[in-house]
Amino acid sequence: MTPLPIRPGVNMARHRRMQRLREEFIAWVLRACAFSAVAGLLLIMIFVFREALPIFTSAETQREATFGGFFTVPNWQPVSDHPKYGIIPILIGTFKIVAVAMVFSVPVAVLAALFASEFASPRLREILKPTIEMLAGIPSVVLGFFALMVMASWIQSVTGSPVRLNALNAGLALSLGVLPTVFTVCEDALRAVPKSYREASLALGASRWQTAWRVTLPAASAGVAAGVLLGLARATGETMIVLMASGNAALGTASVFDSARTLSATIAAELAEVVVGSPHYSVLFFLGALLFLITFVINVAAGLLVDRLRRRLAGA
Amino acid sequence: MSAVILGQKVAPLPAVRPSDAPGRAFTLLSGFAALLIVLMTALIIGDVVVHGWQTVTWEFLSGVPRQGMTEGGIWPAIYGSLLLVVLMTFALVPFGVGAAIYLNEYANPDAPFTRAVRFSVHNLAGVPSIVFGLFGLGFFVQFVGMQMDRALGLDVTWGQPALIWASLTLALLNLPVVIVTTEESLRAVPREMREASLALGATRWQTIRHVLLPQAMPGILTGAILSVSRGAGEVAPILFTGAAYFLPYLPTSPTDQFMELGYHVFVLATQSPDVDATKPLLYGTVLVLLLMTLLLNLTAMLLRARLRANLAGRS
Repeated sequence: MTPLPIRPGVNMARHRRMQRLREEFIAWVLRACAFSAVAGLLLIMIFVFREALPIFTSAETQREATFGGFFTVPNWQPVSDHPKYGIIPILIGTFKIVAVAMVFSVPVAVLAALFASEFASPRLREILKPTIEMLAGIPSVVLGFFALMVMASWIQSVTGSPVRLNALNAGLALSLGVLPTVFTVCEDALRAVPKSYREASLALGASRWQTAWRVTLPAASAGVAAGVLLGLARATGETMIVLMASGNAALGTASVFDSARTLSATIAAELAEVVVGSPHYSVLFFLGALLFLITFVINVAAGLLVDRLRRRLAGA
Repeated sequence: MSAVILGQKVAPLPAVRPSDAPGRAFTLLSGFAALLIVLMTALIIGDVVVHGWQTVTWEFLSGVPRQGMTEGGIWPAIYGSLLLVVLMTFALVPFGVGAAIYLNEYANPDAPFTRAVRFSVHNLAGVPSIVFGLFGLGFFVQFVGMQMDRALGLDVTWGQPALIWASLTLALLNLPVVIVTTEESLRAVPREMREASLALGATRWQTIRHVLLPQAMPGILTGAILSVSRGAGEVAPILFTGAAYFLPYLPTSPTDQFMELGYHVFVLATQSPDVDATKPLLYGTVLVLLLMTLLLNLTAMLLRARLRANLAGRS
């Protein structure tokens, strides 16, 4: 304990001033911490786009790779005497794998979310939800490993596909990575629907499943859509699963039984062996910028949907 | 009316309400979807445990890879992963907790700055991990590192992939996780506690330091554990920022490269010259990685459950 000052007026005033300064300083430090999130996002944009810039500004880079060429050159052959940077096969590969992942994961995740929020007993829910958190906690490199070592052989024996690693295998493995995202967002949205909605529907004589399908699910539709969008963004950006499970051939065919190469896997597979500042380096950063833009737009849309759901349920 | 099933006459089912048949089918279908998820999760974990547990011995955990990584252990990868997440946590937790305190205790929710921060947190969480890898290479290695070398008059020391850059990249990746969980736990502290503290003459910071932070500790811990678990499993962000295929020595400085468990799994699974010889090692490595991440997740889940129970008990 510090003894009380003899002339409290003078020292207390000084003490107060110091305290106020300290409080203000701390507020500034905390504000700076909060700003780190903004700064991080801005720096990501600036530095990924900056390394892609030579495609638009440097004549030397443009001799090998141009923006127009991305969409007119038919092949992706970055390592050769005359490198070809046509990204159409990569876009097709990305689309194919993501489509497979969404086709499998969305119905399963939405139905399971309905089950967890509408039909399951509390005990069942207590098993289901931690299990899905476990699935979410499995590193994507482990899912990729599982797809490569185990799933690929099953799928090949079922479909009789000539290649072991193909878009179907990658898409199915990717759906495991996406399921927890879609499920969690959907389930949150469904549980946010007020009880009174369900009670009103049941009181009017609807059965439980009719209530779930025609009342609860539509009321939560914005949240369900947000879950699907977040899953879509996750699927588009996911790297290790597709890198290990897809076979990585940039073919650009429509069949899911062919090997395919995605934007993310292209970056992961090629960047390590590229000379910094070379055209190939810039092209890979361009692919990264493209990936960033696609997922950014999807995420912003999902955020808007969640806000809308919150307002709608709050207004009800 | 009666039906014939497998050659036997079966009595008709009791009359049911017409809506119940599709209802039962629908409920069953949704239950089947849930079951499918549980089965797949069990299958993956089960497969890894069954094929991996025999490999995981003390020699495996403490040894170094030998014979072109077809024999030996994974100690360098375990050590590298540990260093990586420890450094990441030191960089991450102060910023994440500070940001959450600001958002929940200081910020005016409608101010443009607050909205910019929330927008950034939401979208940072959605940036693909490979883009974080590109950013780490473009910003930390090529920009910050190079500038440091130039300023210090060094040869290439900081301007190359290194432990420190990989940890900082992962820290940014996990920033939203810590912010969101810390905020959730701060929100769970009842307003009366803040008011009581302020009414006793404590300043805002004293209230935060001595009243809010102790209460929010489980939430902060949850966020830190979740991000450690995620940090230990993410491979894409460290591909170009510091992870090494194989190193004959353990990293001793922040500018060293390092081996890492997740990356080691990737390397063993895709770059091995002899797949069958590597298989036991691969399964063992996956099992160690999976155990690490799942145990961390389980801890976080339990902490969070307790936190939510507290929250529910109060409101």
